[in-house]
Amino acid sequence: MSRVLAPLALLALLLFAGSLLIGPAGLGLAESLRGLMQGGDSPVTLVMREIRLPRALLAVMIGASLGLAGAAMQGYLRNPLAEPGLIGVSGSAALGAVIAIQTGLSASFALGLPLAALAGALLAVLLVMALAGPRGTSLTLILAGIAVSALAAALTSLVLNLSPNPFAASEIVFWMMGSLEDRSMTHVWLALPFMIVGMALLATLGRGLDALTLGEDAAQAMGIHVSRLRLLLVLGTSCVVGAGTAVAGAIGFVGLVVPHILRPLVGAHPSRLLWASALGGAVMVLAADIAARVILPDRDLKLGVLTALVGAPLFLHLILKLRKERF
Amino acid sequence: MTALPDSALSVSQLSVTLQGKTVLRDVAFDIAPGEFVGLVGANGAGKTTLMRALLGLLPHEGESSLAALPQAARAAQAAWMPQMREIAWPIEVRSVVMLGRTPHLGGLQKPSAEDRRHVEAALERMELTEMRHRPATQLSGGEQARVLIARALAQDTPLLLADEPIAGLDPAHQIATMQTFAGLARQGKSLLVSLHDLGLAARHCTRLILMSEGTVVADGAPEDVLTPERLAQVFSITAFCQRTGEGLVYQPLDVIR
Repeated sequence: MSRVLAPLALLALLLFAGSLLIGPAGLGLAESLRGLMQGGDSPVTLVMREIRLPRALLAVMIGASLGLAGAAMQGYLRNPLAEPGLIGVSGSAALGAVIAIQTGLSASFALGLPLAALAGALLAVLLVMALAGPRGTSLTLILAGIAVSALAAALTSLVLNLSPNPFAASEIVFWMMGSLEDRSMTHVWLALPFMIVGMALLATLGRGLDALTLGEDAAQAMGIHVSRLRLLLVLGTSCVVGAGTAVAGAIGFVGLVVPHILRPLVGAHPSRLLWASALGGAVMVLAADIAARVILPDRDLKLGVLTALVGAPLFLHLILKLRKERF
Repeated sequence: MTALPDSALSVSQLSVTLQGKTVLRDVAFDIAPGEFVGLVGANGAGKTTLMRALLGLLPHEGESSLAALPQAARAAQAAWMPQMREIAWPIEVRSVVMLGRTPHLGGLQKPSAEDRRHVEAALERMELTEMRHRPATQLSGGEQARVLIARALAQDTPLLLADEPIAGLDPAHQIATMQTFAGLARQGKSLLVSLHDLGLAARHCTRLILMSEGTVVADGAPEDVLTPERLAQVFSITAFCQRTGEGLVYQPLDVIR
């Protein structure tokens, strides 16, 4: 157990430090650390505290959120292809953000966009819960999620379609690719409470997810409240994914790939996979965000594009491995 | 209505209606400690529906002493092995069996020595000790069934409900499992097990409940339940039945057309 968690934590810590120390300003190691620790009004302090620290913090928070929510979602649905976006929250948060950009709300005040995205996420949760019902099965949850995702995607396309302003349209497209660039501590403080609540909810699910390995009937007969578990899963996932999408846009593949890679390392136990995936998600997003800065420093490579570029082939590899095992 | 102190399970007037169709009608029986009850009947007779309803897993009318309990108390009273043998992840056999201890663990509590003892005993009973560290999903269907029976045994409840637990097992393990169940009954536990093998049911069960079209048509000792008339009526088969020095021998023979 700790044989998996300890190396992952160490790796996340190293990458966090790397994220703080790597950037276009080209600051020295000692200089950067001094700037971060000492404070004051020097430009170095400004770069460290206002640009790099929030960026590294958000990478950890969002990565951990996506990894944890992905592991929980796969555990509940007993399906390695499940991911946190499945319940329509990220799509709806994106719709909220897109509307904010289109209407100019995002330009009129700094938190306009993330707040609109959070509102979108909240609406999605309410809609999914209403559609899936209080006692439904995992199948009704998937169907409700697909319905809400499809609706959000259609409305997003509609906004783009009707957008009279090409600048707004291109801003929307770029925002939807997902990025941690130019985020401030305000974004950290906005997302943090939702993520803490969401992670706390998801962290309680371990034992129930383990029992669900044997199916919903067997889990219920072992004293697991499956409908309560489902409610906590939806609320927890919505908190973390909604907040993450609100501050960074849509970052795909993390919640899908990370639990998949780590599953064999934790003996496939859904409960043990939760925290391992949280750390693994942080590692993946930190690494991708550093790569985005290093590979094409002057081209503003988007984080979501990178995670998808890394995630998709990795996923293909896993599929090929699975096929070899089965045939 | 409360369960009598000398009954492990008490069911009365139990009815289930699914999508406007009555699939279970006014079922009533008690199971006493020490009884190994076989639930028999043709496909679609309502065996699974009965077991799920009395466990509180289906909306129902009427009384079940088990469904009336709060969920945690229910898990301490009865273990349930569903017909659908689902093991979603490649976790090792021992860990699957340990899942049976779920109701006995509090919050973040780790398994105790006692939990491990129950798991080891269940593994041994189902002859799984050798494969305890293998991923359960790599085992054959029959082996997985034994793992899931061991899981239910590890829950260590006064009552065990199992839906076709021996389907797909080889003859030796079918007999061994029936003997394990009979042994548990002799220790004072109660079992309600749905079966299709009437020969094994007649030989090992202390009592049979015969279902047809959502109702109980006979309830009693195997010889009294499996009469030629009822077999013809419920299963449309004939059978050879004789009490021998080796116990009750029961062999279905032909389909009545």
